[in-house]
Amino acid sequence: MTKSRIIGSAVAVLLIGGAIAAFAITWRPAISAIDPPAPQSFDKALVSRGRDLAAIGNCNDCHTVRGGKYFAGGLPVPTPFGTIFSSNITPEPETGIGRWPEAAFRRAMRRGVDRDGRHLYPTFPYDHFVNVTDEDDRALYAYLMTREPVRAPARANELPFPLNQRFVIAGWKLLFLRRGAYRPDPARSAEWNRGAYLVEGLAHCGACHTPRNALGAERLSAQFAGGEVDNWHAYAINAQSPAPVPWDADALFAYLRNGWHPDHGVARGPMALVVSNLSEVPDSDVRAIAVYMADVFGPPAPDRKRRAEELLAQAKSAPAQSAKTDATGASIYTAACATCHESSRPLPYAGINLALSTAISDPDPRNAANIVLSGVRPVAGERSPIMPGFAASMSDGQIAALLNYLRARFSNQGAWTGVEKTVSDARRTQTVFLKTMPEPDNVPADPTQRDKP
Amino acid sequence: MMLKVNGREHQVDADPDTPLLYVLRDDLGLNAAKFGCGLGQCGACTVIVDGNAVLSCVTPLLLLEGRQVTTLEGLGSIEAPAPIQRAFMEEQAAQCGYCIAGMMMRAQALLQKNPKPTDDDIRAELEPHLCRCGTHMRILRAVHRAAHLMQTADASTVQRSAR
Repeated sequence: MTKSRIIGSAVAVLLIGGAIAAFAITWRPAISAIDPPAPQSFDKALVSRGRDLAAIGNCNDCHTVRGGKYFAGGLPVPTPFGTIFSSNITPEPETGIGRWPEAAFRRAMRRGVDRDGRHLYPTFPYDHFVNVTDEDDRALYAYLMTREPVRAPARANELPFPLNQRFVIAGWKLLFLRRGAYRPDPARSAEWNRGAYLVEGLAHCGACHTPRNALGAERLSAQFAGGEVDNWHAYAINAQSPAPVPWDADALFAYLRNGWHPDHGVARGPMALVVSNLSEVPDSDVRAIAVYMADVFGPPAPDRKRRAEELLAQAKSAPAQSAKTDATGASIYTAACATCHESSRPLPYAGINLALSTAISDPDPRNAANIVLSGVRPVAGERSPIMPGFAASMSDGQIAALLNYLRARFSNQGAWTGVEKTVSDARRTQTVFLKTMPEPDNVPADPTQRDKP
Repeated sequence: MMLKVNGREHQVDADPDTPLLYVLRDDLGLNAAKFGCGLGQCGACTVIVDGNAVLSCVTPLLLLEGRQVTTLEGLGSIEAPAPIQRAFMEEQAAQCGYCIAGMMMRAQALLQKNPKPTDDDIRAELEPHLCRCGTHMRILRAVHRAAHLMQTADASTVQRSAR
């Protein structure tokens, strides 16, 4: 028996023991089923508020699979522990939540148990939703219970023993699930508090942007220091942000509202779905999120600010001649990238000057690899940014050469290591995600162009 | 460098960052692939590289070392059109025709991998291609027809060789 296996078994024994104890403490009874309430029984204003809240919560993103019906579940969510499939949250009585009373819905949001009292896996971010108020849960419930009921049985999760035993989740909750709703900070503005309530709660930004520990819980000591989602690196969105131009509240608002910003580029990957949803919610909520997050980012250090000003000035003038560190990478860049990324056309329809690109300055090369492989797909029926993917024309080695060149030329950071492996991993995983991930159905785009041909 | 196009090797004297499209049209006189946007956004320049559809206007020459390029000229001729070409003619899928060569190349690559694509498969695959004349429905029918032609052509070849 190897050392790691001994440790593994010890951890498993501890987990199981803890879980049994935790089960006793966190056990929840079933809540009686109800006859599905008629959609007309819900107040229209409440349903409409629920719609905005569901968009802020990004519910459709996980609870919809490509080609499937809205909220009918079935999306495979890969985790380091195995694959968990999202559930059907349409009001269908047998396979959805049609027989759930509001109390059961609220309990699921707060305590992560279903109507029968079964523990739900924390891929459902109840560690954030515990902050949601009764009033907002009521609106979300009203919204979901008035959606089209879809018969779609849950797909079985693919988890190894003992993680496939739901009592294990009880132990996890005991360790990581905090009780109590968001408490406003009276020293801060109402807008800041609204933003904090949304970010820490329903919007669950930390679920992707905060790194997780070995047991899959967010490391609160490193809140917003950058995390993982679907083989993308969710950037650090605190003082460690790698963005070449520091974020402020106005830039965040524009980015979250429109899906792009001239100094930062276009949202893509999983963030494209988030901004697609945020494009539909009231300005005031997006503004509140921006104000709170700008505070989380904090004011930039003077040297960072100075560099940003230099970069912006450079980006506006003619592109600087490159030091040709990598001939292959430089040639690929000239022919395949520069035509868009050095054009004088404005964003979002042209490519961002790569000196401003967070992907190139991030410590993790995965996002840059993903985007070169898959490009940016157009949004059906809308003017939207587009970038061709290069998976078919470039080998892993060639993309690695390109990325190394971009890193050396456009960032002031040290070289990435193991880029070719990153590219081959990205090639394998992105193919899978692109088949299952729902597509954003609006933006990023220039909203002033929306109604034009 | 040596560039292999439609089964023939060509000695090409061009910078490594020259787009494949320019070499095909200007140096080799293969004019089927069209210059549309030059940004990889319209699909008119599509050719096949090692079985995959590739946008030749954003593909620098150096990426093609040791790889096999196929253009529309390599599939068939006016006298002996390939199934994909016959199908596009029979369905009258071209209006101005500028996008069609690219459409045919990506459709060909699709049919080589998926001999019986559904409407949804074809729509998703041809999404990167713009057609301003609006013959989309005919293009869709043409790809189905090509799929059918390829299968029957294969079947007849098999029968012949069996005899």
